[in-house]
Amino acid sequence: MAQSSLPSNSAPLGFSLANSRTLLDRVLTVLAIGFSLFALFPLFSVLYMLLVRGGELLSPSLFTELTPGAGMEGGGIGNAVLGTLVVVAIASVLSLPLGLLAAIYLAEYAEESKLGTLVRFAGKVLTGMPSILAGVFAYALVVVTTGSFSALAGGVAMSVLMVPTVMLTAEQALRAVPEKMRMAALGMGATRMETTLRVVLPTALPGILTGVMLALARAMGETAPLLFTALFSDYWFEGQFGSPIASLAVLIYNFSGSPFPHLVKLAWAASLILVFLVLVLNVGAQLLIRRPKEI
Amino acid sequence: MSATAATPRPQIARPPTAWQTGSNVVFRGLTHAFAGAVVVLLAGIVFEVMRHASGAMAKYGAGFVTGSVWDANRNEFGILPEIGGTLYTSFWALLLAGFLGVTLALVLSQGFLGKRSELVMKNVVELLAAIPSVVYGLWGIFVLVPLLRGPAGFLNDHFPNFPLFSTRLSGPGILPASLVLAIMILPTVTAVSREAMAAVPPRLAAAAYGLGATRWEVIFRVTLPTASGGIFGALVLGLGRAFGETMALAMLAGNAPNFSWSLFSPGNTLAALLANHFPEAGEFEVGALMYAALVLLLITLAVNIIGSLIMLRATAGLKGLR
Repeated sequence: MAQSSLPSNSAPLGFSLANSRTLLDRVLTVLAIGFSLFALFPLFSVLYMLLVRGGELLSPSLFTELTPGAGMEGGGIGNAVLGTLVVVAIASVLSLPLGLLAAIYLAEYAEESKLGTLVRFAGKVLTGMPSILAGVFAYALVVVTTGSFSALAGGVAMSVLMVPTVMLTAEQALRAVPEKMRMAALGMGATRMETTLRVVLPTALPGILTGVMLALARAMGETAPLLFTALFSDYWFEGQFGSPIASLAVLIYNFSGSPFPHLVKLAWAASLILVFLVLVLNVGAQLLIRRPKEI
Repeated sequence: MSATAATPRPQIARPPTAWQTGSNVVFRGLTHAFAGAVVVLLAGIVFEVMRHASGAMAKYGAGFVTGSVWDANRNEFGILPEIGGTLYTSFWALLLAGFLGVTLALVLSQGFLGKRSELVMKNVVELLAAIPSVVYGLWGIFVLVPLLRGPAGFLNDHFPNFPLFSTRLSGPGILPASLVLAIMILPTVTAVSREAMAAVPPRLAAAAYGLGATRWEVIFRVTLPTASGGIFGALVLGLGRAFGETMALAMLAGNAPNFSWSLFSPGNTLAALLANHFPEAGEFEVGALMYAALVLLLITLAVNIIGSLIMLRATAGLKGLR
């Protein structure tokens, strides 16, 4: 009687590929993992090409010589490496104080205030904004005003991209500091500023640095905002912030369309170095957050 | 007793000095001001672009969006082909990246791999996002385009009347541009939809397993429907990225001022138009480019806000299930 209430077609327990449901399950699993590997194929292709074609020209002179003119052999990408560092440095000087202080406001003072919500919203919008619009902004603000493409304009464009990343990650890092540490400092008689600068900031430092490094990595690889702000230069940077400056990213773009094979080779070498720099920053950032916090 | 009263403890408690209270107030004001500056920055961007676009806006009006000629010599500007190209390349990129991204997110979140390989794969996807777009562009020109030339020629030879294959791939074109674009938005789609899947309460899946469902039955009938809002948000955010992506398209779309349904013909997008024309633009063209930048700004802003709202609603909808 009781047995007759069981469905008569229920499959016996156990694993068998003869069961169509199990078979479908396995096939889909294989397909999903196959598609995942397929999706990652371009990454490995890019890395392989970078090592093979970019490695061809790798030598110390690559870093010490200027970019060659069209049709010329030899030369290096020294001015572009230096230029990228200079532009990123300008961007850091402009964006780090802004991003950090705004993050301190958000994490320490804003609570649920209207300005806090607005600032966070602005940060998110800036993160999602196409990077080329940062270039358009710097063009309108600096290039049109001063009348020339310049390293400064490039730095302004980059800083626009760095501010939201620095601010939002620093806010997260500051919020992760346990409330009891703030309470302890305030209880000892420290002012809010002393608590923030001497207790909260040092504790949150690894997280903040992670955000800074990610922002630097992102800025370094950005090309679109530099195209018509920093432009390009075949000469060394010697302190002239008001004139065009070379960068690795723009070099890759300019030389990629070149009919001269040697310039294309230089573009691959520049890509290798750019990717290397970006990856070092990314891995560094990863290592910083991995460090266990025991508070 | 009298000894303790006779030697009072040294005074360690004291009120804050004027310097302490003063600097505290100044510091607070400073952080306030810098936070406000971030809002001013966003407003400044919109304002600056509008200010420089105002001349072109007054001159060309809505005809700018519907015109299809970009000729700096005759001061005639229209961005219809570029808007079309932006939507068209983004559509193909989203189709591909949506499928692969959701698959990757499933593989990363549904326990297919061990914890260790899951972490490795997650980092590899993040690596995909770390590579600068200009490097993908270079790779596209010298690896992808030669690779596609054979199959594209074959399709064009055998189906010359099918609109998608109606031209030959002569180098840069819609197809290589869309493929590279798909690679570039894949990490965004993967990461956001993975988060949406991870937010599905485990007891829902556990209940389905308990009823005897296989893993994929759980995925198709429980995980994906429950996470659908978040996955949709991931696709919209990916679309926002695709609209704004510049370098890969400037290098691979072909910079052609016309629109074609053929996957193998060159085209152009709004962002690529800005990248290609800004460096050498004259005064009138800069105005028109600023107008185009404003259109791009508004489109991406709208898409991103919609995407964020969808994500917000999707996570709020799951709260009752926790």
